[in-house]
Amino acid sequence: MKEEHKEGVQGHEGGAHGHGEKYKFGMVIDLDKCTGCGSCMVACMTENNVPYKKNETNKLDSITWMRVFKATNGKPYPDTDICYFPRPCMHCEGEHGHAPCVSVCPATATDYNYETGIVSQIYTRCFGCRYCMAACPYHARYFNWWDPVWPDDTKESLSPDVSPRMRGVVEKCSFCFHRFQGARDKAYAEGRREITENEYQTACTQACPAGAIVFGDLNNPEHKVHELKQSPHAFRLLERLGTNPKVYYHSTRSWVRRAGDNYLTNERSK
Amino acid sequence: MSAQDERTKTAGSSAVLLICFLVGLGASLLVGWVIFPALLYSEKEQPIDFSHVVHVDAVGDCEGCHYFRDDGSFSGIPDLSNCAECHEEAQGEDPEELKMIQEYIEPGKEIPWMVYSRQPDCVFFSHAAHVKMGEIECKACHGMIGESEHTDTYEYNILTGYSRNIWGKNISGLTSNTWESMKMGDCGNCHDEHGENNACFVCHK
Repeated sequence: MKEEHKEGVQGHEGGAHGHGEKYKFGMVIDLDKCTGCGSCMVACMTENNVPYKKNETNKLDSITWMRVFKATNGKPYPDTDICYFPRPCMHCEGEHGHAPCVSVCPATATDYNYETGIVSQIYTRCFGCRYCMAACPYHARYFNWWDPVWPDDTKESLSPDVSPRMRGVVEKCSFCFHRFQGARDKAYAEGRREITENEYQTACTQACPAGAIVFGDLNNPEHKVHELKQSPHAFRLLERLGTNPKVYYHSTRSWVRRAGDNYLTNERSK
Repeated sequence: MSAQDERTKTAGSSAVLLICFLVGLGASLLVGWVIFPALLYSEKEQPIDFSHVVHVDAVGDCEGCHYFRDDGSFSGIPDLSNCAECHEEAQGEDPEELKMIQEYIEPGKEIPWMVYSRQPDCVFFSHAAHVKMGEIECKACHGMIGESEHTDTYEYNILTGYSRNIWGKNISGLTSNTWESMKMGDCGNCHDEHGENNACFVCHK
């Protein structure tokens, strides 16, 4: 019975619905290297035309595709330890592309791309019901409560490769998908169908001064992420929810790995 | 009043009702198919009356002016420097050419062409994927523009600001050639027919 199910699944993935997986882009973030400087957040905002307001003191309103969270081990001095978690969209694969947000979207404004493993967000299709925000266990999705207002001198520096959002829609990290589009364009113009690891890197990866973020194709053994994700110190956030995220974290500290999921007091972490 | 009269009267009022219905239907169709489209679209003329025929003869192909950049992106409508390569000085006596030189090339001002095929901001279209990899001809989407002697009047939707060529000239949305409309459905249908990926992040950004 189990075998049958497995076969069915393989048939599904094997392109019966045009679902042949070509790439599976993902990230491995080394939390032992992350200093919490926030460069990734800044790079992300500039790269993706993320709107900001004059007053950003209410962080519940702030839009941050990449947000750095701080965790502590809760122990008193001298055993105190802290760790910073950079949190982009996890681009959950779920079971065969059924990411939490994709499953609940009534407008098909977000979908799972089987060719790249990237969860899209189409602003012109979104009507702002925010089901996806409720569904996302990582708080990776943000709502535009206002139309973006760009100070005059910053308008010129908006990226033409990323469509700015309007009031009333949800937005989130796209793994800098426009950079993939650009890299693919270049490859096509040169007569290639494949892109190399260096040709497509996200803005946060390149901005990280500590080199903590590594980005690439999780399926490709030649890409660094392929090996890094198999480390015994690698884990994913809230893994046991079954969201099957494509962002891996890496830490040699066991309390950090334990902080990545919810455990019962006496339960052993993985 | 006899039964005969009763029947005549009923038939008469039915005929009046039918006529009212037909007149109303005709008026609605007129509003929907003629008056509304006429109100919906405004017209503008291009800044210069450009002849593709003359230029294709002189340059030889589309890619002479509409070329790919080194990074694989597509140049689209050439900028002023491309035009100035040949038109620094007048090549003939055409008043449109003189106008272009006096009004744009000499002051160094870009020509504000209106792009018939301009897509909304959220669309990513890869010319490299279609022209280089897919080997699709330019006219599959752009039609016979390469054979035009004069620029078409640019029509745009006054509500959305998009060019009429996106929806297509036919208000019913029916087309008989691939280049007659450039809607998302047209892209999707062609992708379906050729077994190409139709996920959102293929053509959106």
